[in-house]
Amino acid sequence: MAEQSIIAIFIASILSQNVIFARFLGICPYLGVSRSLSTAFGMSAAVLFVMTLSSAITYPIYALVLKPYDMEYLQTLSFILVIASLVQLVEIVMKKATPSLYSALGIFLPLITTNCAILGIAILNINEKLSYAQALVFTVGSAVGFGLALVIFAGIRENLGVRHVPKVLQGAPIGLITAGILAMAFMGFAGLGQ
Amino acid sequence: MSKLAELTKGLWKENPVFRLLLGMCPTLAVTTEVVSGIGMGLSATFVLVMANLVVSSMRNVIPAKTRLPIFIVIIATFVTIVDLVMNAYAHDVHKSLGIFIPLIVVNCVILGRAEAFASKRPVFDSILDGLGMGLGFTLGLVALATVREILGNGTWFGMPVTGEGYTPFLLFVLPPGAFISLGFLLAGMNSIENRRKAHG
Repeated sequence: MAEQSIIAIFIASILSQNVIFARFLGICPYLGVSRSLSTAFGMSAAVLFVMTLSSAITYPIYALVLKPYDMEYLQTLSFILVIASLVQLVEIVMKKATPSLYSALGIFLPLITTNCAILGIAILNINEKLSYAQALVFTVGSAVGFGLALVIFAGIRENLGVRHVPKVLQGAPIGLITAGILAMAFMGFAGLGQ
Repeated sequence: MSKLAELTKGLWKENPVFRLLLGMCPTLAVTTEVVSGIGMGLSATFVLVMANLVVSSMRNVIPAKTRLPIFIVIIATFVTIVDLVMNAYAHDVHKSLGIFIPLIVVNCVILGRAEAFASKRPVFDSILDGLGMGLGFTLGLVALATVREILGNGTWFGMPVTGEGYTPFLLFVLPPGAFISLGFLLAGMNSIENRRKAHG
């Protein structure tokens, strides 16, 4: 991926390499908060915000601290600590500075620490040997892809609520099957942005 | 609850994959083959047991306010150990699991057990709970991987099982197959559970 152009990375990370449907990151919030469109929008915005910040911070930590001092093995530990404290910090700052934004996104912030997409993308930035600019574009693209998948799914789920679903398929099973069909649709983008 | 029940509740009644729907990302991602499913399951089991052991033995020392970061550091330590050991001794499995090894840190099953169980219970119970939950997670992964590997590749543990005439249904090893197979497995579990309730 490191040799691709910025635009190709952006498009691929939204569509053909979608973070949910191709990389399987962030499935828990995907299944958990997709019951209504408004929470789906809120969650997507919160993920976009935190994911961008966390990638912007974890990348220099790896490149400037861990790598020069041969401490790559501390990557997992340091990244998750940075993300967990970042989420706390964002929550405190947001509460004080922009109460209106906080009331919209606040309830999603604690959930984000355990969203594996945040840590996953931070690690992928390093593993794929991206440059700093590429990493940021990849992160924003992935967050947009997450939002796209979540919002489409929430729309379908709102509709499923008023349909007759067989009893054994109600709840999670029909949600997963719907997600499978959506993933199939996203496979149609394969090759795009390569 | 008896000691045996602590161990077995993870296998069916509170199975993390099928009943609690926790740890979905690795469940869907690594189950293209049974071997990597087992690798993932056993790594998570090791982390679960060790994290439960440490959290439970330190439960009277850890202050309530800072408990979550402390749990995360304990979990991340064991995940790093698994990561390094696997890279050295089981390089192929490590490669096929890829990014999902470090992501064991954010697996909600593990933090959930530390918070809900190990931080309140004695050490031995916590070890049994971790072991049971870990084996239940492994069982879930193996069940899903069995369906996907047989249908999608015609093999089980890498051995051909479907015979010459079968054309592998490639969709099942691709991402959509993961969602769809898990959906139908859950539906199957629900139907068994409903029948059990109706009879008993």
